[in-house]
Amino acid sequence: MLIDTVAGIGRSTLRLLAEIGRATLFFLRALAAMFSPPFYFREFGHALLTIGYFSLPVVGMTAVFTGAALAIQVYAGGSRFQAESVVPSIVAIGMTRELGPVLGGLMVAARVTSSIAAEIGTMKVTEQLDALVTLSTNPMRYLTAPRVLAATITMPVLVGLGDIIGIFGGYLVGTERLGFNRAAYLKNTVDFLETWDVTSGMIKGAVFGCLIALVGCYYGMHSNRGAQGVGRATKTAVVMASVFILASNYILTELFFTG
Amino acid sequence: MIELRGIHKAFGANKVLRGVDLTVPKGKSMVIIGGSGTGKSVTLKCVLGLVKPDAGEILVNGQDVTKADRDAFLASFGMLFQGGALFDSLSVWQNVAFRLLRGSQKRPKDEARAIAIEKLRRVGLKSSVADLFPAELSGGMQKRVGLARAIAADPDIIFFDEPTTGLDPIMAGVINELIREIVVEMGATAMTITHDMSSVRAIADDVAMLHDGVIKWSGPVSRLDNSGDPYLDQFIHGRAEGPIEAVR
Repeated sequence: MLIDTVAGIGRSTLRLLAEIGRATLFFLRALAAMFSPPFYFREFGHALLTIGYFSLPVVGMTAVFTGAALAIQVYAGGSRFQAESVVPSIVAIGMTRELGPVLGGLMVAARVTSSIAAEIGTMKVTEQLDALVTLSTNPMRYLTAPRVLAATITMPVLVGLGDIIGIFGGYLVGTERLGFNRAAYLKNTVDFLETWDVTSGMIKGAVFGCLIALVGCYYGMHSNRGAQGVGRATKTAVVMASVFILASNYILTELFFTG
Repeated sequence: MIELRGIHKAFGANKVLRGVDLTVPKGKSMVIIGGSGTGKSVTLKCVLGLVKPDAGEILVNGQDVTKADRDAFLASFGMLFQGGALFDSLSVWQNVAFRLLRGSQKRPKDEARAIAIEKLRRVGLKSSVADLFPAELSGGMQKRVGLARAIAADPDIIFFDEPTTGLDPIMAGVINELIREIVVEMGATAMTITHDMSSVRAIADDVAMLHDGVIKWSGPVSRLDNSGDPYLDQFIHGRAEGPIEAVR
């Protein structure tokens, strides 16, 4: 009984270590593929469009409602100690440092990681990945590198746009619902917002973008046979991408804002 | 010439290949037959480098495939996959001309398209299908497009993985004839895996039977019906009784 338990723990540990090893090797190969020729510009352009441009509506919707809700929460909370006037600055700092990149990242992960994992997983089970190899094309360079590069470049842009839209959401609620003066709201937002608030969020966005595409590609390429295998790969990819985003957000926040 | 010497491959505890020895002479068409799960596809994938053998040696034109320049090596291959393995996101002509649009065999887009249309014509498809997408084609047409892609760069060696699976008998006959014609016309070395006996008789110069991870019998197709090998006899006549255990 005891031996079985220990053996079970040992097997799970070995599986986990093997998975970490595989994922690390995959990450290093993807990095190498991103910075060495051949480069597939058509695939990169397509990835820019699908990952970046087509994610804009979902990021924008998330940001505007988050900014609006944040304004109400800060107002309600601040009124307990007569600090309602901090609404514009807290909305701006909250959106740019945390909520913009994290919620934007999670929404893009739901949309893009799932799509990448399902697409590449289907390519694997229908032998399209093998076909690429027989046609002298490295799947890491053709599929992974353009997606990872495109996600890393477009996520900061999406975060930046999400910040603007989120702050606008807070502005709308603040001025139309909570009675803030329009000019004063804007002045407070601009006065208290620092460049580092925005850039730190965009750096987070780049890291999240890289993770979103890498995780999608990894689980797609390691998908098991059949529809069930692709379904499992897609689900695991979204869950893992979300966990990685939240964990890396904590690490980056520690790095950027403490000490 | 393709030579496989003592190829072993296991997936975990499952020993799929246990010492495969096989020679395919240059310009000949070899068909490997055998039951499902006997390692036919694994054998093919070992030659292509898609699966790494645990032991043994694979020589193509005298060169060890693990030591050869991989791009140059793959450039001399064409492969027709069981399900076609066409790229959904690319049009038919872009699928056919895939190798001609990138890499060492890259050429101008117009020239690549012209070659793709010529190859499509060679497999009996009209130029009007060139701009369609794979999802818009029937199974038989997808197989033909896969065949056109396999021959697009005039390879020296062509592999066919279950070329007639999922096709009706008439379409299967058409594909078999096309494969035979193309292989003869190009003078290519061909390796086909199938369990369709009509394909074997239409395509093969030589036949090898894979069972229990080794080549049980090999010889010219003319000796198929009087080989005297009980495994081969059972397989080609589709008998449930015999040395090959049939799972019911």
